[in-house]
Amino acid sequence: MTTNSTALPLPASFALDRRIQRPLVILLALAAPLVALSMGKSWVRVLDFALLYVLLAIGLNLVVGFAGLLDLGYIAFYAVGAYTWAFLASPHFGIHLPFWIVLPLGAAFAALAGIALGFPTLRLRGDYLAIVTLGFGEIIRIFMNNLNQPINITNGPQGIDSIDPLTIAGLDLSKDLDLFGFQIPSLTLYYYAFLACVVAAIILVRRLQISRIGRAWAAIRDDELAAKAIGIDTRMMKLLAFGLGATFGGVSGGLFAAFQGFVSPESFSLMESIVVLTMIVLGGMGNLAGVIVGAIMLTALPELLRHFAVPMQMALFGKTLLDPEVLRMLLLSLAMIVMMLVRPAGLLPARTRYAHRDRRNA
Amino acid sequence: METFLQQTLNGLVSGSIYALVALGYTMVYGILGLINFAHGELVMIGALVALQTVTALSGAFPGLHPVILLIAGVAVAVPVCMAVGYLIERIGYRRLRNAPRLAPLITAIGVSFLLQTLAMIIWGREFHVFPQLVSTTPMQPMDGVVVSPLQIFTIVVAFALMGGLMLLVNKSRLGRAMRATAENHRVAGLMGINANGVIAATFIIGSGLAALAGVLFASNYAIAHYAMGFTPGLKAFTAAVLGGIGNLPGAMVGGLVLGLVESFGAGYIEHLTFGFLNSSYQDIFAFMILGAVLIFRPSGLLGERVADRA
Amino acid sequence: MITLLESRAVNKRFGGLKALTDVSLTIRKGEVYGLIGPNGAGKTTFFNVLTGAYAIDGGEFVMNGAELPSAKPHLVVQHGIARTFQNIRLFRELTALENVMAGHHIRSSAGVWGILTQSRAAREEERLMQERALEILDYVGIGRHADTVARNLSYGDQRRLEIARALATEPQLLALDEPAAGMNATETAGLRTLVDTIRGDGITVLLIEHDVKLIMGLCDRVAVLDFGKKIAEGTPAEVQRCPDVIKAYLGGHRAH
Ligand SMILES: Nc1ncnc2c1ncn2[C@@H]1O[C@H](COP(=O)(O)OP(=O)(O)O)[C@@H](O)[C@H]1O
Ligand SMILES: [Mg+2]
Repeated sequence: MTTNSTALPLPASFALDRRIQRPLVILLALAAPLVALSMGKSWVRVLDFALLYVLLAIGLNLVVGFAGLLDLGYIAFYAVGAYTWAFLASPHFGIHLPFWIVLPLGAAFAALAGIALGFPTLRLRGDYLAIVTLGFGEIIRIFMNNLNQPINITNGPQGIDSIDPLTIAGLDLSKDLDLFGFQIPSLTLYYYAFLACVVAAIILVRRLQISRIGRAWAAIRDDELAAKAIGIDTRMMKLLAFGLGATFGGVSGGLFAAFQGFVSPESFSLMESIVVLTMIVLGGMGNLAGVIVGAIMLTALPELLRHFAVPMQMALFGKTLLDPEVLRMLLLSLAMIVMMLVRPAGLLPARTRYAHRDRRNA
Repeated sequence: METFLQQTLNGLVSGSIYALVALGYTMVYGILGLINFAHGELVMIGALVALQTVTALSGAFPGLHPVILLIAGVAVAVPVCMAVGYLIERIGYRRLRNAPRLAPLITAIGVSFLLQTLAMIIWGREFHVFPQLVSTTPMQPMDGVVVSPLQIFTIVVAFALMGGLMLLVNKSRLGRAMRATAENHRVAGLMGINANGVIAATFIIGSGLAALAGVLFASNYAIAHYAMGFTPGLKAFTAAVLGGIGNLPGAMVGGLVLGLVESFGAGYIEHLTFGFLNSSYQDIFAFMILGAVLIFRPSGLLGERVADRA
Repeated sequence: MITLLESRAVNKRFGGLKALTDVSLTIRKGEVYGLIGPNGAGKTTFFNVLTGAYAIDGGEFVMNGAELPSAKPHLVVQHGIARTFQNIRLFRELTALENVMAGHHIRSSAGVWGILTQSRAAREEERLMQERALEILDYVGIGRHADTVARNLSYGDQRRLEIARALATEPQLLALDEPAAGMNATETAGLRTLVDTIRGDGITVLLIEHDVKLIMGLCDRVAVLDFGKKIAEGTPAEVQRCPDVIKAYLGGHRAH
């Protein structure tokens, strides 16, 4: 008991009882911004972005991990949500609608785009979807870049700025909050708002996963012909996954626009779609906990590279051979290849459950 | 009329390059049912390796004839791309042949980005000027129509290569083995065909064509860049689907049609949209075509031919 | 006897190959109907056309008096036909229980909204589905493996799970494609008991099988296919005496 348990700390902590695990995760999620704040505001910002990415990854996981559909233009739905917010809550058109109108609207537009895209494609071979979504992502970017003339809609490559922040019940999250003498920075406020969204997303997705719909998706992913043979309308179910996934993208996009106060086509490059995909691959497709860990890891990666890889190269070679951006791309692409070849179930291989566990005593 | 002829000519030039790239996609898809996303990067590698060779040679032996430089560039670029193509198949895809559907697709994306990143490390982020090895001096065979020797060269080389490939596939033993394997892996195996060898050969041939397409592409646009393969790759895949995936003549027809549509589209888009869209939207034509094909004729113009994977 | 399923001059071609030529047969409610014939005779193709996996090239299927749609597998299931596959096709990453619950898909109705809000109806349906799935697993004899992932089940249990999944769609006609293939004698005997039980519970069974003993012991009537044509139909005893059948079986490369 005494020597052994200290000798093997890692497996022991992994085997943590679920009853301890859950409160621990909640505590960690709640305390994270406070810890980060002590290391500097930029780390809270990283956390905020991590949560946005978690939201995106949860949405994409619905499409890729559950239904087995490869969507390479997922970031386009994020863009639809972000630009919807930018159009309807900024001085650009002089419209300033509240978040409870803009956010659902962005989600709805994204869902519509998803359905419009999926409808013709999903009755065909699954892998055509990959290329069509890739093309769609590029088209959206071309329009964002060029729709500043003859009528200025998107303001082109400059993007749209001074976007309205998230204001909930009169509380403007872009301003530090003074709570009984405690200063709560805006970044922390956003953190908790995003955390609430992530928690909601996890609950909703878990509900879908453990339902006839989640099982139908998994069935299609594992064997489409057999899925049809038990009566699943595979085309409708795929469309549903695709549309719901897009909805998540739209919501995250709106939050992103509000948080950043600025959107431009640059934020919605193909590389971003690939980053989100890698998060899922890394965490284990379908596995929600894994996907969340993957998203947090990859959001932190550029920061870590900046802080550690550069000084390390300086120490070793006297100069930076590979800048953090290149290093990041290298690691991402290698991660995708190596994971598929060596560990297709992801870093945190936990089986995804599609039925309740407590049934024997139910 | 003149603009019409001019647009046709421009369309044929880019279309024949798309066709060369599309052949690689369609051969691999026909045999493995896999979109080899990394195929576009081979175009880029072909161009940059050729450029590197040409630069090194003309530095070492100034005054070398451009044709010799061109031949040397191609002579290095083609084997390099073939080797890269072979390695991609051997390391990246072979082990995943019976894996769940998504695995090889994701690997393919990873390989594509890995190649881009490596190219970025080797050749930097900047655009490189690709030298004029074939004259681009405009000639004017008739009023209002301008054509350069390079353009003629491009079309001739591309068509010669396509003809050669058709001969190879239809007349040689390897070609027969390729068709049998595309028909059905297991049956081909029963007939004594080494499916692994045939698949490797398919990647190698496709990669060689991509290398040549890369040199032609870079020559025509006078530019080479680490990310230059991506968009043509995407468009070439569109061309392959347009012609009927898995169908070699289809890929050629698809490539040419796509080149023509783009060329005419770019020329007339302002009129068509009453000035709302301009030629910066040229790249969306390929995707609009892709969408239209998938809706109205998903098996492509000449019909698809895909391996029976059951 | 009431007719359940009728195939009327069904044709299927693959390019130049005529896999099925004018195949007509009648399956009555409550019987076990065997479909036999040498390898490549077109038995699996008959299943594929019947269940909508392939489009029909000529003729029609009539189930309970209604014509079945062609090439629409998910609609065929709603007419009460469920199948298994010659080479097992389970949902590999799902547990046995989840596989069977997936089979309940068309007999359940919760929508996205009900599921997201966990409406009382949706929760109740989920609970019932789970109970029912466990019953079916017990019924086919693999209840103890409810939480085993399908790909980790033994071969015989995978076959049983496929039957369980098909039963979950609540079919009137259960079509089994060589269910005993690859099974040892004990497993085959168990399978035979299972098919008997299923028939006893009022489900009609259409059975493709190579094992002549199994066919003879189980089936009420049998049809024989050879080169895509029906060459005989009748009770097992009648068919066994039919000279064409003897020729097809003994004249070919395989003898039983
Ligand atoms: N998808 C297909 N494409 C082409 N030929 C097929 C296909 N499926 C079956 N066949 C052919 O149809 C014939 C009947 O096959 P099948 O129905 O599987 O026979 P059985 O199940 O009686 O052994 C065989 O010659 C087989 O090769
Ligand atoms: Mg068969």
